[in-house]
Amino acid sequence: MGRKILLENSDIPNIKSFDVFRAHGGYFSVEKALKTMAPDEIIEEVKKSGLRGRGGAGFPTGLKWTFLDRKSNKPRYLVCNGDESEPGTFKDRYLMEKLPHLLIEGMICSSFALGVNTAYIYIRGEFKYLLGILNQAINEAYKNGFLGKNILGTNFSLDMYVHPGAGAYICGEETALLESLEGKRGNPRIKPPFPAVVGLYDCPTVVNNVETLANVGYIVNFGGDAYASIGLGKSTGTKLISACGNINNPGVYEIELGMSVEDFIYKEEFCGGIKDKLELKAVVPGGSSVPIVPKELILFTASGEKRLMTYESLAEGGFESGTMLGSGGFIVYDENACIVRNTWNFSRFYHHESCGQCSPCREGTGWMEKILWRIEHGHGNMKDIDLLVSIADKIEGNTICPLGDAAAWPVASAIRHFREDFIFHVQYPEIVKNIKHGALYKYENQD
Amino acid sequence: MLKITIDNQTIEVAEGTTILQAARKIGGSVVPPAMCWYSKLDGSGGKCRTCLVKVSEGSAKDPRPLPKLVASCRTPVIDGMVVQNKTSPEVLEARKAIVEFLLINHPLDCPVCDQAGECDLQDLSYDNGKVSCRYQESRREFDVIDIGNLIKLHMNRCILCFRCVYVAEQIAGKRVHGILYRGDVSEISTYIKNSIPNDFSGNIIDVCPVGALTDKTFRFKNRVWFLKPMTAHRNCPTCSGKVIAWMFGNEIYRITGRKDEFGEVEEFICNKCRFEKKNINDWTVEGPTTIKRHSVISQNHYEEIKTPSIINPLEEKMEKQTNDE
Ligand SMILES: Cc1cc2nc3c(=O)[nH]c(=O)nc-3n(C[C@H](O)[C@H](O)[C@H](O)COP(=O)(O)O)c2cc1C
Ligand code: SF4
Ligand code: FES
Repeated sequence: MGRKILLENSDIPNIKSFDVFRAHGGYFSVEKALKTMAPDEIIEEVKKSGLRGRGGAGFPTGLKWTFLDRKSNKPRYLVCNGDESEPGTFKDRYLMEKLPHLLIEGMICSSFALGVNTAYIYIRGEFKYLLGILNQAINEAYKNGFLGKNILGTNFSLDMYVHPGAGAYICGEETALLESLEGKRGNPRIKPPFPAVVGLYDCPTVVNNVETLANVGYIVNFGGDAYASIGLGKSTGTKLISACGNINNPGVYEIELGMSVEDFIYKEEFCGGIKDKLELKAVVPGGSSVPIVPKELILFTASGEKRLMTYESLAEGGFESGTMLGSGGFIVYDENACIVRNTWNFSRFYHHESCGQCSPCREGTGWMEKILWRIEHGHGNMKDIDLLVSIADKIEGNTICPLGDAAAWPVASAIRHFREDFIFHVQYPEIVKNIKHGALYKYENQD
Repeated sequence: MLKITIDNQTIEVAEGTTILQAARKIGGSVVPPAMCWYSKLDGSGGKCRTCLVKVSEGSAKDPRPLPKLVASCRTPVIDGMVVQNKTSPEVLEARKAIVEFLLINHPLDCPVCDQAGECDLQDLSYDNGKVSCRYQESRREFDVIDIGNLIKLHMNRCILCFRCVYVAEQIAGKRVHGILYRGDVSEISTYIKNSIPNDFSGNIIDVCPVGALTDKTFRFKNRVWFLKPMTAHRNCPTCSGKVIAWMFGNEIYRITGRKDEFGEVEEFICNKCRFEKKNINDWTVEGPTTIKRHSVISQNHYEEIKTPSIINPLEEKMEKQTNDE
């Protein structure tokens, strides 16, 4: 337990710079890939590694790469999704800030494997400070012959660009990201066709998360089998988890998939337990979009087994009693946390971020937010609770992109597991109105 | 040719046909309603979600059902597909939900809306909606604005089908008309509230499924169901000149394009024909026509497709709904 792939060298001073990074074995995978491997061999290794997309859906990366249309003679593109706007998720920016060259290295190997000559890193608009870091790293890579024409004297050429968005969560959805990258309004496209066939500028495109691509260098260096030996079952490798909420040590952790959730929450080297010695109430383990689950169901599955930090274990029990690993935004709530307020807050986010293309999401997210606002502020009634469940149910599965589902799940799961909290809010509006809310209250009354 | 079965009726269609197009070929009640897709506008569709259908068998090769309902307007037919529209309770349930979503922020100002009587949203709600309303929050509101001096925009009524955006995009050389903002506050607008400088801009009125875009030369002049639709034509240098003249006695109140049974205009007409030629001498009037699309004004009273005439359909429907609840 505790092997690291991504953050191994993150504490070395000035690892941001090309020279230091290179001195610690950086870019070795590029040499190995370009000089000794065929593109298909790399794809084969990535398949063997069992690496799964770290952007949220957990789709096997190697398999995704095989969908790329290689028959058309159009150019192909690789796009790195650095939009990271999911509440609770802050791992990609850590990676890009600390180890920009690790991402670039992974992207060069991936581009070589996919036959791509132009790659983009799309970052969230608010990550302006990363623009300089990434651009400098890219410039260094150009200067040292790892980007540009005829890399390392081979006939493989690659150009890489960083592009900032304008600050919209929806631009993290891969087709909206492509629209935005093309300079259009960031609306998700209607699928099919999928980006692997019709992507950026109508050309075949692969979109992968920052963390996903950063893993490729390791896989090239040590082989898919070595990567697959880390982790548990189909959840291979390590995962960056950004832990936050009412815990003693919030931060970004690289964990080996397969450790128990209990260890992750209570062990000193990770979250370090709940703040102020309070009781754990609930956890949202994969960013705001995944279902919230109460203490009993996050530590143990419904059938009584220990819950592990893997895609499979967290999902066990489906939506009845399980949740998802998602993007690894691990939000912990102590016994004083108000689930209603939290749900309202999430739904306010989705309402604000809905692109407005399709009716269930555009109208439904606003409706849910308004009802949750009323309940939270002591103006709810009993019928509202079931109405919320019904609205969430009507949005789910009927939208163009998964943002609709992402807006529906937190509401549905909060009511499923914490219905008493909602009932309490309806029954005792006077008490509810006067509750001072922890973190938010402190924040609001700071000065 | 690809074989597809929709609500137990089988048809063969060419490669690239969507489920909705196949359903329209069969016709009748298997046709899902479409509020945003428009056959003449590239890129349209997929947004309103009223045309969702269930694919109960994916294809001849892989007969597993698709996990989610799909937008029939944008899903291509695969050989051997089996689709359920009206025969699937899941589809009807989802459609009911979509109607509810479309209506929660709609002002329901039909009594003062020029579109009333020929409004797709009225028809849709009538066919699939419920009589009661679960929404008690405030509705979003926008100011009424002008799109040039001939077209009025009531953003409150808009369902964001994007059709007018595609019309503007496909007739005007540069982008002048589009969507501002995001989510449920997004609004359609022209570049700094300008007009759309094109001879065919008036067609955004015809493609609008609701009363968001209306003809300023006709606003509040009359109700559509009091007017007689007449096919008419003139020798127009810009467009085909084939229109419908909406008349009361010898007076022409408004000119629109000719629409097919699915409510789509057959040919786009120019602004001169639409806005300026209101004199009976401008036109060769061919004679009265019926509205092919099933709608409130199609027979001066509402009739559901292929059901024998009902004396007061609304009453019966309300009764049914009350019994259901
Ligand atoms: C609303 C929405 C927001 C998303 N935001 C992100 C994001 O910020 N970062 C990301 O990597 N993937 C995001 N995704 C997932 C992407 O669509 C896509 O699945 C992912 O980039 C694929 O990369 P992966 O296979 O490496 O995970 C989002 C998806 C949706 C529906
Ligand atoms: S689900 Fe929401 S965000 Fe996604 S396309 Fe529809 S309106 Fe836009
Ligand atoms: S007509 Fe198919 S989604 Fe609107």
